[in-house]
Amino acid sequence: MLQTLHAFRDGLMDGNLLAATLGSIRRLLISFVISIVVGTTLGFLFARYRLVDDTIGFIVVALQTVPSIAWLPFAIIWFGLNDVAVIFITTLGATWTMALSSRTGIKNIPPIYLRAAQTMGTGTGARMFFQVMVPAAFPHMMTGLRVAWAFAWRALVAGELIAKGAGLGQLLQDGRNLGDTATMLCIVIIIAVLGTISDAYFFKRMEDKLLVRYGLATAGKS
Amino acid sequence: MIEIQHASKTFEQRTGGGFTAIDDVTLTIGRGEFVSLLGPSGCGKSTLLNLVAGFERTTQGSVQVNGQPVTGPGPDRVVVFQEHALFPWLTVLENVAFGLKQKGVGKKERNERAMEQIRTVHLSKFADRYPHELSGGMKQRAAIARALAMDPDILLMDEPFAALDEQTRLILHKELEEIWMKTRKTILFITHNIREAVILSDRVLVMSTRPGRIKKEFAVKAARPRDAADSVLHHVEQAVMEALADELEKVVKEEMGDEYSIKKNDLSNRSADSLGGGI
Repeated sequence: MLQTLHAFRDGLMDGNLLAATLGSIRRLLISFVISIVVGTTLGFLFARYRLVDDTIGFIVVALQTVPSIAWLPFAIIWFGLNDVAVIFITTLGATWTMALSSRTGIKNIPPIYLRAAQTMGTGTGARMFFQVMVPAAFPHMMTGLRVAWAFAWRALVAGELIAKGAGLGQLLQDGRNLGDTATMLCIVIIIAVLGTISDAYFFKRMEDKLLVRYGLATAGKS
Repeated sequence: MIEIQHASKTFEQRTGGGFTAIDDVTLTIGRGEFVSLLGPSGCGKSTLLNLVAGFERTTQGSVQVNGQPVTGPGPDRVVVFQEHALFPWLTVLENVAFGLKQKGVGKKERNERAMEQIRTVHLSKFADRYPHELSGGMKQRAAIARALAMDPDILLMDEPFAALDEQTRLILHKELEEIWMKTRKTILFITHNIREAVILSDRVLVMSTRPGRIKKEFAVKAARPRDAADSVLHHVEQAVMEALADELEKVVKEEMGDEYSIKKNDLSNRSADSLGGGI
């Protein structure tokens, strides 16, 4: 226990722990943004076009069952042992969940909202998508976002264990090479704490706020 | 001006075959007229409204609005739905301004115009609330304000007050009448409430069921604003009731079987029959 604290202090002192954490978070955020954009777009296409849903949608369901780390060997061949490979598999980890939850979200939009929007002249294109479909599907997508975030974390650390660069996964690997279990435990704790904080203080809070605003949960005050 | 010529609508059924919701309906609604479509549930009155709104296409016949055939939903014919259909992620003001935003009206102007309509329906105090914070009556007012903000020629109202309690409904009747007298919109009003239809409309069209047809037309020649105690209204109401009785019987028979009858000397409705029913 004390050793772990020491390792934590040392790591902070010489800065490599902080650098590693920031490096990991940077990759995570890049992947996360990509997967939100790609996932939401896919989800919309699935919900909108039956043909796409029956073909690509089916493949996505199949892909979702493949652990994203299974793609790492491919990623290494395609991109080499670098950041891109890690970002690639992290993105893969989060995209499918995002796609499926936004598909469900959009499919569950009460048709009356779409009708109401159409009589007010949104048409059926981009304006309908951004002003009605996305906000209407938001509560569902929020859940998907939380799950996607957790998946992304897992894929990220797994990817970093193997690929080069500065990240928590690499530090973990370095710790193993040096037989330094204190550092390793320290990193595992950091990962857990970061995951919990981001979930509790960001996603959970945002979700609660949304649910109250949408009238799906009762607020404390009313 | 709404012109429906020999319109029919058939839905494909899952079990095969078609279900004719409305059959050969012809009607004309003049500019500024307030017309109600009245009929038991399942008579195709909502289908008729959906045809005018552009949500559905006729199988046969044509629907024209202001001389143009209807090809899809549009902001010249705004629908007020039974379930208000306000967007839960927008405040009342943003909801009412939504249609103007689609028209490309600038933020300042659209908020002003939206506020004006919100005042018309007496919701000024609640402009920055979200729909779930409002009561049922307030939601429906907001929905009416949202429709009015678009300044459409035609308002299509699909049982807008059906889910409200009686008191709220009476108040909204008054307000709708005031709004109509002030703006002179063409209103097509769908309802299954006879009183509501008679007290609000210039004309009441009674529909028959299976297939849906216009069965009878009643002109309500009573003074505006309408007075609930007006004897003209009572006479029309009585006449509408008689016209509807056959239709109700048809519906009930279809649901309960042939031996059921709601006509005179209804033996199956003795109070003794329902003794113990609450246990």
